[in-house]
Amino acid sequence: MDNKLIVSQSPHLHAKDNVRKIMLAVIIALLPSLVLSFYFYGIGALVVTLFAVFFAVFFEWIFVKVFLKKEPTIWDGSAALTGLLLAFNVPSNLPVWIIIIGAFVAIGVGKMSFGGLGQNPFNPALVGRVFLLISFPVQMTSWPLAGSSRFVNWHFFPHDPQALVDGFTGATSLGVMKEGLKNGDAMAGIMDKIPTHMQMFYGQMGGSLGEISALLLILGGIFLLYRKIITWHIPGSIILTTVVFSGILWLINPQSYADPLFHLLTGGLMLGAIYMATDYSSSPMSNTGKIIFGIGIALLTIIIRNWGAYPEGVSFAILIMNAFVPLIDRQFKPKLFGKVEKSKQS
Amino acid sequence: MNIILLSIIVLGVVGLLAGVILYFIAEKFKVYEDPKIDEVEEALPAANCGGCGYPGCRNFAESCVKADDLGTLFCPVGGNETMKKVAEILGKTVEDKDPLIAVVKCNGNPNVRKKTTSYDGAATCAMETALYGGHTDCQYGCLGHGDCVDACSFDAIKMNAQTGLPEVNQDTCTGCNACVDACPKNIIELRPKGKKDRRIFVSCINQDRGGTAKKACEAACIGCKACVNVCKFDAIVVENFLAYIDPNKCKLCRACVTVCPTNAIWEVNFPPRKIKTDEPKKTQPKKNALENQTKKEEEAPIDLKNIIKNDNKKDNEIK
Amino acid sequence: MITKKITRLNNKTRESLNKTLNELYNTQNMLKTFPKGGVHPPENKLSADKRIETLEIPKQVTIPLHQNLGAPSKVLVKKKDKVKVGQIIAEAGGFVSSNIHASVSGTVLKIDEITDTTGYKKMAVVINVEGDEWEESIDRSEAIVSEIKLTPEEIVKKTAEMGIVGLGGATFPTQVKLSIPKGQSCEFLIINGVECEPYLTSDHRLMLEHGKELIIGTQILMKALNVNKAYIGIENNKPDAIEYLTELVSNTNNTIEIVALKVQYPQGGEKQLIKAITGREVPSGGLPIHVGVVVQNVGTTYAVYEAVQKNKPLFERIVTVTGKSLSSTGNYKVRIGTSVDLLIEKAGGLPSDSGKVINGGPMMGKALKITDVPVTKGTSGILILKNDEAKRERIMPCIKCSKCISVCPQGLEPYFLMNLADKKMWEDAEKQHNMDCIECGSCSYICPSARPLLDYIRYGKQNVGALIRSRMKR
Repeated sequence: MDNKLIVSQSPHLHAKDNVRKIMLAVIIALLPSLVLSFYFYGIGALVVTLFAVFFAVFFEWIFVKVFLKKEPTIWDGSAALTGLLLAFNVPSNLPVWIIIIGAFVAIGVGKMSFGGLGQNPFNPALVGRVFLLISFPVQMTSWPLAGSSRFVNWHFFPHDPQALVDGFTGATSLGVMKEGLKNGDAMAGIMDKIPTHMQMFYGQMGGSLGEISALLLILGGIFLLYRKIITWHIPGSIILTTVVFSGILWLINPQSYADPLFHLLTGGLMLGAIYMATDYSSSPMSNTGKIIFGIGIALLTIIIRNWGAYPEGVSFAILIMNAFVPLIDRQFKPKLFGKVEKSKQS
Repeated sequence: MNIILLSIIVLGVVGLLAGVILYFIAEKFKVYEDPKIDEVEEALPAANCGGCGYPGCRNFAESCVKADDLGTLFCPVGGNETMKKVAEILGKTVEDKDPLIAVVKCNGNPNVRKKTTSYDGAATCAMETALYGGHTDCQYGCLGHGDCVDACSFDAIKMNAQTGLPEVNQDTCTGCNACVDACPKNIIELRPKGKKDRRIFVSCINQDRGGTAKKACEAACIGCKACVNVCKFDAIVVENFLAYIDPNKCKLCRACVTVCPTNAIWEVNFPPRKIKTDEPKKTQPKKNALENQTKKEEEAPIDLKNIIKNDNKKDNEIK
Repeated sequence: MITKKITRLNNKTRESLNKTLNELYNTQNMLKTFPKGGVHPPENKLSADKRIETLEIPKQVTIPLHQNLGAPSKVLVKKKDKVKVGQIIAEAGGFVSSNIHASVSGTVLKIDEITDTTGYKKMAVVINVEGDEWEESIDRSEAIVSEIKLTPEEIVKKTAEMGIVGLGGATFPTQVKLSIPKGQSCEFLIINGVECEPYLTSDHRLMLEHGKELIIGTQILMKALNVNKAYIGIENNKPDAIEYLTELVSNTNNTIEIVALKVQYPQGGEKQLIKAITGREVPSGGLPIHVGVVVQNVGTTYAVYEAVQKNKPLFERIVTVTGKSLSSTGNYKVRIGTSVDLLIEKAGGLPSDSGKVINGGPMMGKALKITDVPVTKGTSGILILKNDEAKRERIMPCIKCSKCISVCPQGLEPYFLMNLADKKMWEDAEKQHNMDCIECGSCSYICPSARPLLDYIRYGKQNVGALIRSRMKR
């Protein structure tokens, strides 16, 4: 026979999923939110997204080609996903050169310096985001308002007189709350200044590109759960702990602590819980570990939001918990089949 | 000024106190070690390869110091010179040992040993062996995934891309046994380096009957006993259809190399042989084969044997 | 009046609620299965509706002398001996070993080394076929003998005599399984009709066509083990078999119970099946008998029936020949020692785009090196995969998606065990319970990076096993 029989160990079948399909599915899950942010933030969002994705892929290619001298790995889609997630975490009026720096830090420092795909202990997109937040606090915290900033060209004409008009930028709901509390305003008064819960749920609020609509993010999350790309453990434990912890605070003193629903819907919590914290290589392996990880993120987030210096704490919380993942993995092993019985017997 | 003085005094007192405490603690917990161990370790090559049978050079040094007789201890990496130095330090004597070198006892390159299946799994020899006899019909032969290469800590064994077989670099090989242990097929053997580095060995471990072996690999030892008959020194034994040359009895006369019908017996580091024109008819095909071989040597080295020969020739010229 | 109406309405809603609940219960989700891990590969039971055909006797058979888990058998015949069908030609070579019988009548041509499925040489008896003359003691009638005359001890002896081994693929000698060690007792017998491997249908057909014999075989095993309760576990993708057998056991006083199971691989694994049916967990490193259970395959049960009631040794078995590229798939009753080539010919010949010929199912079967190998007691199927189906995908780096952990039915961390095996850290691998792996292959199946997890875990098992053995010697 001409073609030789292949011999290999069992199993001889393989599931249809592969890395590229998984990355693609996550990107697909993010698409509805992306489209909505195009609608609200207009051309700015488009430019930010394109630059982030392109430069993330470009830097990955450069690193693999020049430094590692291996086969290009850009086609597995992980770099594009990192770029997209980075874009989701920055305001749409961010100057282009800052985005390029962010993509460089995300891919170069966050991912490739640890050995590339699957080796990074921290979520690369968040590494990029936090780097930018600390380095360029002004640019990273002037948020365009949803809707009204649709046709403002932030990137190529940064001194566009229109852009400087106060009507186009503003603080996020969390920022408003923090500022208000600092000034000693009552919670009820603060709540009047920010979008209603329903608006936040649909997505009409200022903030990072991808944070706008909790509804669409949840829809994407359901798609990922259905495709079995993520499990419920991390998002579930984050959301539940957030509700419980902020609920307790709210019940104690509704005047100085916001209600749980507000915490759920604002900022990057949904984005973080469903897409950022579930990043494969920077999250724990066992189910118990995932729940512990999620609880930790939620607790840290609420602590930072209420008592920290920054109005928003999801990205810091995730990065801090990322650092604990090796410990969690060591401590929380999956339950061994037949282990309990044995200890009973002996 | 006062402050400076005060801090100097305070720090000085603290330092002195700590120093005194440390001194007493160090004295209390002192472990006596023979200073000779350090000296011996110094003399060793510090490769920590485990070739001596001990986990590392220090353990070996300890046993050297403890041992009454150095006869059983040997550092394969350092060789006789190192052992002499060790003996000098310890005031003992050692006898010279023949240095060993790893030889690969398979010459089934893809030209003579055809692939019959394609293996599609983790590329290690150990795993392929566990699964089945290998991707050729020879269940004894080299699989070519390079477990031996990974095991070598001296970079002395390399895969030849053309033959798919490992090659031992005789200058860097220390005979530490790591590759012998790593090879799941037990193809690699440690043999004495031989006089002037010349060696003759059977480069095959196929124990099948002649027909089966030949069918799987044209370069296999078929157990025909031609070499046994021609050997004047009783150095060759054939067991299970496989010839083995006892290196201690072999006088390196090269008679067996010429008679081997499958070229399974290899000679290493010998000067090129003159081709006799008037050989008896019986060995005629053999002569042709030899001629072909020399031709190959001139043109392009295809199999391992020729490459080694060429290399050695060059080496000899330089020397 | 109004209250009456409300109660009626209440009753109505309750009824409808009950109905929907029942329906829900009958759907897959409510069926029993093992709790953790598992995958669901495409079932591809192509030959499920093909009746079992008897394959014609070949001209020559090659009967390997090592057809069971444990020690090889010792040959009893010589070259040129005349043998009859069912005549013993090799006896058990140890406690964990089995007898081997001639599957054809004729002359022994040679007793020699042949290349077996692994490519290594093994001893085998080659017999030239002359006619089809059976031993007189074998009852060749079709009649079903339902009365069990033998005592439990005699039954166990009979299974040993007739060379019965586990026909699910592991080929563990049945008499060893049936002799319960002192201090242990057996509560349940579980008959494994799960057949969770994709493609294979031999057990399915056997249950449909020899259900009555199967029930008697179960009763024989129950008598041998002295148990009052037996379960037959069948996956829900074989509703016809579940229905048929449920009907058959209706008059057994509930001593035999048919359990429909959710389709989930590797349900056919002993430990998983016991967990699914009884809820008991076999301890790590333990045997099913430690939780009072003995598991037997349906094929084995049928063989026990034939051995005890018909006096027929194990010299033929049912083999599924299947594959998407084959022109005809089927289930065949094949004499042990028949060449696999013959089976493939029967199915229309080996297609030219064949990449793999597998002895067994696609998840745990062994890829054949050559097709001219004999069918043995452990051959449950011959599966032919196309070239593109057979090739493994390119290995990517581990992305730590933890899918291997979530599908591992044994609660192991395959990615970690692979790393340990790669670094040859055998002591650590032992601590991570490397030996608990049942080699179901779910991890390698699911891995999106196509990493050969099971290859490495097997490698680890070999080395950890060697480590444990060397420690025991000391």
